[in-house]
Amino acid sequence: MTQVAMTVNGKSVSGEVEGRTLLSDYLREDLRLTGTHVGCDTSQCGACVVHVDGKAVKACTMFAAEAEGAQVTTIEGMGTADGGLTAVQQAFQDHHGLQCGFCTPGMVMTAAALLEETPKPTEAEIRDYLEGNICRCTGYHNIVKAIMAASGQDVSAVAAE
Amino acid sequence: MYAFDLERPGRIADAVKLLSDSEESQPLGGGQTLIPTLKQRLAMPERLVSLTAIPEMQGVCLSDAGEVCIGGATTHATVAAEAGAYPALAALAAGIGDPAVRNRGTIGGSLANNDPSACYPAAALGSGARIITNAREIAADDYFQGMFTTALDEGEIITEVRFPVPEKAHYEKFDQPASRFALTAVFVAKYADGVRVAVTGASEEGVFRWSEAEAALSADFSAEALSGLSLSGDGMISDLHGSGAYRAHLAKVLTGRAVAAAR
Ligand SMILES: Cc1cc2nc3c(=O)[nH]c(=O)nc-3n(C[C@H](O)[C@H](O)[C@H](O)COP(=O)(O)OP(=O)(O)OC[C@H]3O[C@@H](n4cnc5c(N)ncnc54)[C@H](O)[C@@H]3O)c2cc1C
Ligand code: FES
Ligand code: FES
Repeated sequence: MTQVAMTVNGKSVSGEVEGRTLLSDYLREDLRLTGTHVGCDTSQCGACVVHVDGKAVKACTMFAAEAEGAQVTTIEGMGTADGGLTAVQQAFQDHHGLQCGFCTPGMVMTAAALLEETPKPTEAEIRDYLEGNICRCTGYHNIVKAIMAASGQDVSAVAAE
Repeated sequence: MYAFDLERPGRIADAVKLLSDSEESQPLGGGQTLIPTLKQRLAMPERLVSLTAIPEMQGVCLSDAGEVCIGGATTHATVAAEAGAYPALAALAAGIGDPAVRNRGTIGGSLANNDPSACYPAAALGSGARIITNAREIAADDYFQGMFTTALDEGEIITEVRFPVPEKAHYEKFDQPASRFALTAVFVAKYADGVRVAVTGASEEGVFRWSEAEAALSADFSAEALSGLSLSGDGMISDLHGSGAYRAHLAKVLTGRAVAAAR
């Protein structure tokens, strides 16, 4: 067992983990932050995306011990200070960017990382950035629309409008 | 996954020592290939030695000899952002997998793995790069030894990769959209002393140089120069995504496109 300490959603946390403990398991089982979903556990679907030191990563494909000392943000850390939704989250609701919601935590975390890098992405840039996030329900158009809207852009030209 | 200890040394020398201490030790780069492999219980190391906390193995710089030098544990995202001195290489890194994979996966891990459909092997072979390890320097021409096989010894780690910058180059990738690897892809680089063409995602032997195309393009750097050439489908990967003959044909088409797009 190894001792790890990191900051998750602004709070310092520490605990004992095995070498093989995945960051996704540490978040979900030790910290009970079950908003980070595990869809495939094979690095394909992106449901488990969290931010580690500001960068989107698949929490199922990183060991908890590798996040030693890091700043980790999960979907639970995404609301506004007064418990409301961020612009990206609100846009997913307004534009029906989710149905069952299973992929949504990963979609929102990936979208937030994109907007951090590229505040006004084109539709093509959004679709390209979502390459590693799979959604079985929406057909993606409304997710793309939500991200366009969250970046303050007109959504009327997005496909299937 | 079987149980193992995970070590995170901060210096190359410490990593090498941890790897040589026990035969059952294995380096861990970004884990984007190794972690899925461990989950399938296809490997059973007793100890993983993470290379991502070693500052000496991070980053991109330009050597006095005009080579782009990349630390062995540098992520694809960092290469995409910082290897602007070699635009075709930066663009290749920007096209690997998806953003989350690029934020973890490393150049050393990709070259050590030598997946027959991976991108970096094409850039390294197509540029005549030098692979620097903790023990020696290996020319790309001697490094790739067939699918998932390289010249690396047990416990040897890639600490840096040096790419001579060509006059013009381009990487043309035909995506396999489910895996996001290359179905087939070609790296073309034009140097003062000749053209190099490396094909990935096609041969059962892994990445290879297409020497007939190199000769034709060294004489005349245009897509038309390839018109009389063809690659045989024998020995090419044949699977549900495409036959060997299809991949051979694709390699030629992609070589032409890479030449046309090279800058
Ligand atoms: C969804 C997805 C899509 C992908 N798409 C692509 C793609 O389009 N193109 C592409 O090329 N790749 C792709 N990859 C693979 C990705 O680029 C990996 O990052 C890469 O193959 C392995 O690098 P790594 O740093 O993650 O290595 P690891 O997974 O950590 O290690 C891989 C192997 O290399 C060894 N190793 C690691 N670092 C070193 C080193 N410095 N020296 C010696 N040995 C070392 C390890 O022991 C292990 O055997 C994809 C992966 C995923 C999950
Ligand atoms: S659960 Fe991590 S990528 Fe699917
Ligand atoms: S909303 Fe159901 S998987 Fe995306």
